[in-house]
Amino acid sequence: MAVHETTEATAARTPNRGLRWLRRNIVTLAGLCTLGYLVLPNLVVMVFSFNKPNGRFNYQWQRFSTDAWSDPCGVADLCGSLGLSLQLALWATLGATVLGTMIAFALARYRFRARAGVNTLIFLPMAMPEVVMAASLATLFLNMGIQFGFWTILIAHIMFCLSFVVTAVKARVMSMDPRLEQAAQDLYASPVQTFLRVTLPIAAPGIASGALLSFALSFDDFIITNFNAGSTVTFPMFVWGSAQRGTPVQINVIGTAMFLIAVACVVVGQLAGARRKRSKRS
Amino acid sequence: MTTTATPAPPDGQAGAEVTAPRRTPARKRLVPYWLLLPGILWLIVFFAAPLVYQASTSVQTGSLEEGFKVTWHFATYWDALGEYWPQFVRSVLYAATATVLCLLLGYPLAYLIAFKAGRWRNVVMILVIAPFFTSFLIRTLAWKTILADGGPVVGVLNSLHVLDVTSWLGLTEGQRVLATPLAVVCGLTYNFLPFMILPLYTSLERIDPRLHEAAGDLYARPATTFRRVTFPLSMPGVVAGTLLTFIPAAGDYINAELLGSTDQKMIGNVIQSQFLRVLDYPTAAALSFLLMAAILAMVTIYIRKSGTEDLV
Repeated sequence: MAVHETTEATAARTPNRGLRWLRRNIVTLAGLCTLGYLVLPNLVVMVFSFNKPNGRFNYQWQRFSTDAWSDPCGVADLCGSLGLSLQLALWATLGATVLGTMIAFALARYRFRARAGVNTLIFLPMAMPEVVMAASLATLFLNMGIQFGFWTILIAHIMFCLSFVVTAVKARVMSMDPRLEQAAQDLYASPVQTFLRVTLPIAAPGIASGALLSFALSFDDFIITNFNAGSTVTFPMFVWGSAQRGTPVQINVIGTAMFLIAVACVVVGQLAGARRKRSKRS
Repeated sequence: MTTTATPAPPDGQAGAEVTAPRRTPARKRLVPYWLLLPGILWLIVFFAAPLVYQASTSVQTGSLEEGFKVTWHFATYWDALGEYWPQFVRSVLYAATATVLCLLLGYPLAYLIAFKAGRWRNVVMILVIAPFFTSFLIRTLAWKTILADGGPVVGVLNSLHVLDVTSWLGLTEGQRVLATPLAVVCGLTYNFLPFMILPLYTSLERIDPRLHEAAGDLYARPATTFRRVTFPLSMPGVVAGTLLTFIPAAGDYINAELLGSTDQKMIGNVIQSQFLRVLDYPTAAALSFLLMAAILAMVTIYIRKSGTEDLV
């Protein structure tokens, strides 16, 4: 052992040192490079929110300005589309979370005949290219003579968010200890009380992550909305249109704000989770 | 609670024993079905039924003015395939390249989060997830800035003579990266990377670190440990990640539209323009089904080969 250590010590002093360090930390370095690749566009969006472009397109750096930040709604239809997207995401989240949680409980708690079929039906929307779903739903609406707009988008969003909620909630409910509910019943809690005071709080993180995921998916969806929106313009569709017509700097402002809000939400969530864990331990 | 006359609340174990073996009443057995009903109905009406409808559309003929009729005109499939096979091949190639790149880029990061990040784990995790919540269209547009002609990235690649090699390989054209296959694949890789990292991380996190120690104790070098222990155990994550990356990437039309030119059109672009611009619904439907069939076939083969059939 001692011999081994000395050889290593001498080797460390040789010019190979950098190479050895590189070899030992290659995974970390590669990982950090990937992280950089992931975050780079966000940084570019942030930096270019302070740009003052000459033409219609905000692709080249001209000079620093905070104009867009002081007037984020200064572009026609931008904030309207943003409000519409938020509204849609809110309702879609509500619908998908309620329906999805019910399905998740049925799948996690009960054995019944159609179980395999239901599992397949839940899995398929996640495994199908979005264009296919989008085109087929739009074909249905077209043939039924249903007017495209808010409601068709909402229907489509609830449809594709549902599976993600089911998956998130099911994972949580499956890992739950059924004895906790039995204990509540032993203590004379009524089924309703048991559900509200024991089952729901334990399932809550799963429901929350499902809801958060469907909010993000709905808010950010472009492909399915593109097919089912008619002339209604959601925020992603506004961005899409602006890629052809000219991108206002305000888009970068909103992108940056979204990023910061998301980071803040996740950080608060993490801190709350950490505190809960700590208080449980003590 | 139930219609059967229930005795006073069971006092002690005797009562519990009496109630346990009794058959569950019909009302209780129906509970899962009531729970399922609204959600499943939603999926049947707005997901499954449209697919069936789409199938019938693909064998219709007619025009927008006269209306479409089912004529069992299967030739639409052949015509569509004959005309758009380059886009099909391109979609599969781009999606496969992006998936491989995602795996190569995502694995070290997932490994880093699972084993090496320590107390930084949550920070790194946030940095992986947070971009998800910013509009991905905005982020894709940011790649236009990053890869812009005469921009820093192009400048560096050019001075290193990388662009000479890539344009010789047909990945780029001349001195530019935008509107070339490289840009589209770069965008695809970027957009679907989180879908690779998260399942990889989940499966890596489940690996008992003592297995690494055991491998080390048995004189396995780090590379051997990785090849013989870590990687095989992370296979469920690899399979899930590649599927979650490949399937949406093959149908995507946003990256090809924003970062590519007409020479980089993928099958998603064709379906979109057939449906929304040309208004040729049968062709759009036939193309969607061809895409679905191609993906289904490839996924089945892949799952068989990777030997994790229990996954799906």
